[in-house]
Amino acid sequence: MKKYFDLKSMRVLVDKEISDYIRSKKFIILLLIVLCTSVASLYSSLSTLRNNVPSPDDAQASFFFLRVFTHSDGTLPPFHVFVSFLGPLLGIAMGFDAINSEYNGRSLTRILAQPIARDSVLNAKFLGALTILFSIFTMLIGLTLGLAIFWTGLTPSLQECLRLFLFLIVTVAYVGFWLNLSLLFSVTWRHPATSALVSIAIWLFFMVFYPMIISVIAKSMAPGMYASNQEIQAFQKFILSIMRLAPNQLYEDGTIVLLMPNVRSLSPLSMEQIQGAIPSALPVWESVKVVWTQVTALVALTVACFACSYFIFMRREIRA
Amino acid sequence: MIVDTPIIDLKGLHKSYGKHKAVDGLDLQIYKGEIFGLLGPNGAGKSTTILMMMGLSEASAGHINIAGINPQRNPIEVKRVIGYLPDNIGFYEQRSGRENLELIGRLNGLSTEEAREKAYALLQKVGLDKVADKKVGTYSRGMKQRLGLAETLIKDPQILILDEPTLGLDPTGVKEFLHLIQELNRSQQLTVLLASHHLHQVEEVCHRVGLFVAGRLVAEGDIQQLADQLFANSHPTVLVSTDSTDKEKIKKAEDMLIAQESVVSVDFRDNNFTIQHTNHDTLPIMDIFLRTQVPVTSLQQRTYGLDDIYSFYFKDSSI
Repeated sequence: MKKYFDLKSMRVLVDKEISDYIRSKKFIILLLIVLCTSVASLYSSLSTLRNNVPSPDDAQASFFFLRVFTHSDGTLPPFHVFVSFLGPLLGIAMGFDAINSEYNGRSLTRILAQPIARDSVLNAKFLGALTILFSIFTMLIGLTLGLAIFWTGLTPSLQECLRLFLFLIVTVAYVGFWLNLSLLFSVTWRHPATSALVSIAIWLFFMVFYPMIISVIAKSMAPGMYASNQEIQAFQKFILSIMRLAPNQLYEDGTIVLLMPNVRSLSPLSMEQIQGAIPSALPVWESVKVVWTQVTALVALTVACFACSYFIFMRREIRA
Repeated sequence: MIVDTPIIDLKGLHKSYGKHKAVDGLDLQIYKGEIFGLLGPNGAGKSTTILMMMGLSEASAGHINIAGINPQRNPIEVKRVIGYLPDNIGFYEQRSGRENLELIGRLNGLSTEEAREKAYALLQKVGLDKVADKKVGTYSRGMKQRLGLAETLIKDPQILILDEPTLGLDPTGVKEFLHLIQELNRSQQLTVLLASHHLHQVEEVCHRVGLFVAGRLVAEGDIQQLADQLFANSHPTVLVSTDSTDKEKIKKAEDMLIAQESVVSVDFRDNNFTIQHTNHDTLPIMDIFLRTQVPVTSLQQRTYGLDDIYSFYFKDSSI
């Protein structure tokens, strides 16, 4: 009975969060920006791809639907690049004032005076936002698939569907990470402006400055012209691993492997490794193995952020 | 009407933030069907006490028992029993009053239909049925306060805790609000704990009052008991006003008053005499004014109200 009631009040809170998001103007504006860019990118890739549709028995046809999401005609970047750039902004917009605006509006005390557990407020924020993200990206991918089927007459294979589903999950995890980061800041700081600015600063850092810093490091560390093969490899490995400290790099790695079945490794391969390899697509499970670390790291970052917010929120004095 | 086991029972309650003691050894019993006024200046620890009673804040030491529930152990249960109206209540301004109310109803385990019906009935009760579908952002302070009261009632509480409920209301708003609380207390046998620093409002509606200063309950009882406790040793005081400008006569009257054996002290300021005496009546004093030909415009036997009680304690507390 008790368990049942907790679930029920949780549902009421999640309902409230979702309807809050749908009505909030800042969310609608950001959603429109993300939707417009995504639709534009998907549309442009679709419209170039439709002009040279592979025949169904063509080898290329097997992954036609995946190419829609990674193809670019040069004018607009492909869908997954857009998401890696704008997705964080969407996540930040959903999270940065989640808790502190309720604090400042003094509605938090009022909600907590009801017979609910304190953590259900935070859990509801998280679940509500995740539900919204899931719906948005499912809708985008679904619409694109539908349009592609309509225009080309091809149907996606089971493998393509599976890969797209995994892509959806990785995308939600990626945006979910930024959502949780800003949620953490909204618990930490009382002013929504502070948490928004800090979140955006971190976003900008990883999008713009981090690659610059890496290139500076790379330049200073670059092995000389006569460096041995091993030295060059070690250097490349090092640069790749510091690049992967950025969540957007993790996301891009993940999506590339999932959406391009031909990619079989994310680190440089030696001649010995390539020799004798048959240039064919990997099965889904093999691709998943390749990106396992990246995806795990993304999910772990998300969970870590949420755990921190949870910890701080539960120990916070409620009085305003 | 009043049952002997207290519905709210606080024993030796402590709460400290670092070195600062917000609540310091509080003992308080409130009985079913009572309106209890918790009176104290800002920062006395009223809100902290309330939050501990709701289980929203942890007590550093002491025992709390609310209708047989320990809120520190079982905060969810206790929140089913208490309707709490926080000071400066905040609503979801983008939603209508009805939606806000229904949300709270559903959080208390009502189904959507039940919440709707109950919200409608309560909005009528607090007189908000005409603006039920307007956004709360457009509500006045008084309307928000009444909506807050409706919210506390939607869970059918046994106890109502109101924290500064009349803050920022205009005089008619205050009157209506207090009337509503009295009516609820009478019709539903609700126990009401009213925390406030507005002594007159508390005096008006509360059966008993507790004076809360710097985390301690310094006095407790009804107004008369408090006054008796406080001013048991002091003398009756008479205020005499005059419109005379004749300084000589006034001086003479003052001297004669001081000369009188039964008069303890005389103070003349701004055409007013404040006289403390030990007589049973004011006749000897009136006699002096007659004899000195000082015209009296008013004579008043001073009684002690909550004002005096309040200033007596809070003067002490500020030292």
